[in-house]
Amino acid sequence: MFILFLIDLGRKVISFMYFLGGLTRLAVQTVFLTFKPPYKYGRIIEQAKKAGYDSFPIVSVVALFIGFIFALQTAYFMQRIGSEMYIASLVALSIVRELGPVITALVVAGRVGASNTAELGSMQVTEQIDALETLATNPVKYLVVPRFVALGVMLPILTLYANIIGILGSYFICVIKLGITSSMYMHVTFSSLLYKDLFTGLFKSLIFGMLIALISCYEGFNVEGGAAGVGKATTRSVVLTFIMIIAADCFFTALFYFIFP
Amino acid sequence: MMIEVQNLYKKFSSSRVLNDLSLNISKGQTCVIIGRSGCGKSVLLKHIIGLLKPDQGKVLVNHKEVGVLNELELSVLRSKISMVFQGGALFDSMNVAENVGFSLIEHTHISQKKILERVEESLVLVGLGGTGNLMPSELSGGMKKRVALARAICIRPEIILYDEPTTGIDPIAADSINELIRSLHDKLKVTSIVVTHDMKSAYHIADKIAMMYKGQIILEGTPKEIRESKNPVVHQFINGLAKGPITEAVDTFK
Ligand SMILES: Nc1ncnc2c1ncn2[C@@H]1O[C@H](COP(=O)(O)OP(=O)(O)O)[C@@H](O)[C@H]1O
Ligand SMILES: [Mg+2]
Repeated sequence: MFILFLIDLGRKVISFMYFLGGLTRLAVQTVFLTFKPPYKYGRIIEQAKKAGYDSFPIVSVVALFIGFIFALQTAYFMQRIGSEMYIASLVALSIVRELGPVITALVVAGRVGASNTAELGSMQVTEQIDALETLATNPVKYLVVPRFVALGVMLPILTLYANIIGILGSYFICVIKLGITSSMYMHVTFSSLLYKDLFTGLFKSLIFGMLIALISCYEGFNVEGGAAGVGKATTRSVVLTFIMIIAADCFFTALFYFIFP
Repeated sequence: MMIEVQNLYKKFSSSRVLNDLSLNISKGQTCVIIGRSGCGKSVLLKHIIGLLKPDQGKVLVNHKEVGVLNELELSVLRSKISMVFQGGALFDSMNVAENVGFSLIEHTHISQKKILERVEESLVLVGLGGTGNLMPSELSGGMKKRVALARAICIRPEIILYDEPTTGIDPIAADSINELIRSLHDKLKVTSIVVTHDMKSAYHIADKIAMMYKGQIILEGTPKEIRESKNPVVHQFINGLAKGPITEAVDTFK
């Protein structure tokens, strides 16, 4: 029994290593082709609209609720020790440094990453990717680069927006329910936030955006086995993106903690 | 010599698909490849256009080895070769006109008006004039194939690879595709490889017919030679018999 479990685990580890290798290859190719002319802005804008602009509603809802919940949770403890004053700074720091980038990335991974994998995957199984190649068009340049650039640009913008909405959510709770004055809340928020907090958060979201684009396209390209294969790849793509986002978040948070103490 | 396939070997994880396959097609010739489903005909075409790399052996197109070309050389080659995929492989996010004109839009600076003219001209050739604004999802299977054919001829290639262009198409449309293949051959001297199961169209369009079996070309010849062949495998295939060496040997191969 246990042996079988180990064998299965070993197989999973090997397949994950294989995935990391393929992903790195695709990443190198994509970065190279991003800077190689000709540049086609039309497709980048189309992807930016699909990935970024169309994500604003769901990001708004999620960020607003996170703001509410986080303010209430923090208030629960802060009121006990009589420091309601600090709710604002705690919320602002957590959202800008951590929650904003990660929650936004996860929402976009579920929404946009899944759709990328499904779209590229069905192109793969119907030989459209082969057809692109025979029409002298590099599929990475044509399909991956626009998604990569669009997500790299739009995810930080979405994150910035989510930060604002999240803090606003917390503001409503504090000002309306807890009786903190509006000017006091604003003052505490802005005085506790440093540029580096904002910068590290947005830098992480740039990395997350690139990860979402690369993983979703990689899984789409590697679909095997018809419609069922597309379904499997889409699930895999979302799961792997979540894992990689959390792992990258852990890595960069630790890194920034040590280089910008 | 335009296309030379020399001792090609290709294996996928479990099965050997091409096993020392050689075939020569000279400039301007139409070669029909026949063989059972799953015997590796599509795989052979994909080697010729460089979508798959051989395990061993090589493919030469115009004396250049396809498997070792870099990306730039490959694009140059692909501006002269077109492939019509078995399922059409139309881009379903684009309408018919954008599909047909894809190469011209992406790789040339021809004006939009000229491109539209070329697209319409190609569509008329396959009997689908005026359908440019439809989406692929609005087309029947046979129409998709004809649009794919229009996309292939729109770049005015010197070589066209057809993967079962008449399968799944009504007999009248199929005959008009055969006529089109013939006229591209007669008027524009296009070199063609046509994969088909349809023996009637094979006899009609071929300069040469090659029979693929067990990963090799077991016999090639003019339509007349093939029809009169005494080879039992070829005889079984072209007459569509359920009993014969092909069906008996299936289990012993691999
Ligand atoms: N990319 C691939 N990966 C694995 N096996 C493949 C691939 N392409 C084709 N095959 C296998 O090669 C064999 C020949 O396929 P194909 O060339 O499509 O046959 P056909 O002669 O009907 O066109 C089939 O058994 C198929 O499963
Ligand atoms: Mg085939």
